Amino acid sequence: MTLSRNILLGGLLCLCVVTAALISFLWTPYDITVMDIPNKLQTPSALHWFGTDHFGRDIFSMIMVGARTSLAVALVAVGIGMGLGVPLGLWAAANSGSWLDELIMRGNDLIFAFPSLVIAILITAILGPGAVNAILAIGIFNIPVFARLTRAGALPLWQRDFILAARVAGKSRARISAEHILPNVANLLIVQGTIQFSLGILAEAGLSYVGLGAQPPTPSWGRMLADAQTMVSFAPHLALIPGLAIIASVLGLNLLGDGLRDHLDPKIRVMRT
Amino acid sequence: MLRYTLKRALSLGLSLVVASLVIFFVIEVVPGDPASFMLGLNAQPDTIAALRSELGLDVSKLERYLAWVCGMLQGDFGTSYTYRTPVTEMIGDRIWVSLPLALYALTLSTLIAFPAGIYAASRRGKPGDMAVMGATQLGIAVPNFWFAMMLVLIFAINLRWFSAGGFAGWDKGVAAAMKSLTLPAIALALPQSAILARVMRSALLDVLGEDFMRTARAKGLTRRQALMRHGLRNAMIPVLTIIGMQFSFLLAGAIIIEQVFFLPGLGRLIFQSISARDLIVVESVVMLLVFMVILVTFLLDLAYAAVDPRLRSRT
Repeated sequence: MTLSRNILLGGLLCLCVVTAALISFLWTPYDITVMDIPNKLQTPSALHWFGTDHFGRDIFSMIMVGARTSLAVALVAVGIGMGLGVPLGLWAAANSGSWLDELIMRGNDLIFAFPSLVIAILITAILGPGAVNAILAIGIFNIPVFARLTRAGALPLWQRDFILAARVAGKSRARISAEHILPNVANLLIVQGTIQFSLGILAEAGLSYVGLGAQPPTPSWGRMLADAQTMVSFAPHLALIPGLAIIASVLGLNLLGDGLRDHLDPKIRVMRT
Repeated sequence: MLRYTLKRALSLGLSLVVASLVIFFVIEVVPGDPASFMLGLNAQPDTIAALRSELGLDVSKLERYLAWVCGMLQGDFGTSYTYRTPVTEMIGDRIWVSLPLALYALTLSTLIAFPAGIYAASRRGKPGDMAVMGATQLGIAVPNFWFAMMLVLIFAINLRWFSAGGFAGWDKGVAAAMKSLTLPAIALALPQSAILARVMRSALLDVLGEDFMRTARAKGLTRRQALMRHGLRNAMIPVLTIIGMQFSFLLAGAIIIEQVFFLPGLGRLIFQSISARDLIVVESVVMLLVFMVILVTFLLDLAYAAVDPRLRSRT
């Protein structure tokens, strides 16, 4: 079976961003901690592919290092959401209809009612700005997303014969959840994971843009945009390039998520052929 | 229906109580005493104590919580620590920026998304559908504050059609005020319309497979007539849900866009209040936003139940 265009294009974009981030640990075209004032605000050229900023730093190198921040924050935030949300969802589904299920689901509804961006800003303001607190602020809102999805995916499975067989065999609800339910909702979780990952990148960029994300000297795409704002009239490339980097990563992840959903869902696959 | 309404109302009340508890106690752990923050580093302890009692900070947390909640129930959100003006007044001023902005953005987003979604669904699998879907993928991936900067660059700096930021004020006339909200509204509307168009398309495609659509076609309606007369109406439930969620998102989510355009809205108020440790303002505005989200959800639930009786038995 061939991979769809979405997976290929999305995968390619993601691969570029991840590779850039990984290579930046070993090598960048220029040292981003060194200022080069005589060469400040250069437009893209053969020497500086993406130009230089107001301190003369190479933007291509900053984009590479910034990719690390974006990916790390979003990835860990997804990890928090999955790590807590999935067990909660499995638990709620295993005890569906009980007060525990009700409590978990109502708690989720409540978190959804909070304006996420405002709370993220509040959390980073309480705990102080920085990448770690940005992760926490984004991660908390991933928990109900995964809890709901896991529960919704797991509930119908509990009615199925193979689960009944496992119960007859004497397995506990917890073991059934881990051994039989989880593998069957994994597809859903992977697809949602890529979507939350892309939302995390957008959220990190937003928080950094208002000064609550990664702090200097750690480069981040959002802060590059904030720095560019006052210079946008005479150096538009400063704003254009980090924005395009964000779009490329988010687009890549979304395409990959869409492609994976179609690829992993046998019903859609049958419909297509 | 009455039973269902009461049940939902009870759940609404309960959510509000829990939300108020969470908001109050989370915000109260903010390090930094507002009184010492306001008076600066060299303040005398007795001056700080006097200000604390003036601000009502010297009573227990529980008493302050109860006073806050009772005040809100009477429409009194307390007095700002830094501005010494009633929070209700401050919210009253700002909401006339945030609310119109949210409505403006929502209108734009709906105006773009409906035709786009309907067009894509009616051309499913054809180049037109793929073009719309590709555009929506791009729209979702664009960070709205970056899009806002690009709009400023093009329409304010280069073309000089709009001002780069600030709010003209409603006293300058509706046209001037709306003009200063236009670029922010477009920036907010773009990603929202991309999401809405996708929801519209998939809701329509779901409906297209229903028996009543086949009946409509069998009656002799063209595909387009069937879609417009029967499909659209039945696809509206998921679409309305998303519109409801987007409205509440737009009210609070404009926080960064308000920063980009220096708009004196609720988002900017929260932002400034957090930096100034003006806790009472933060608590009240967040509570107001949460209240609006919960209320919109409640009203939508009731609206669905009124339209579709099957939903009443499910709670």
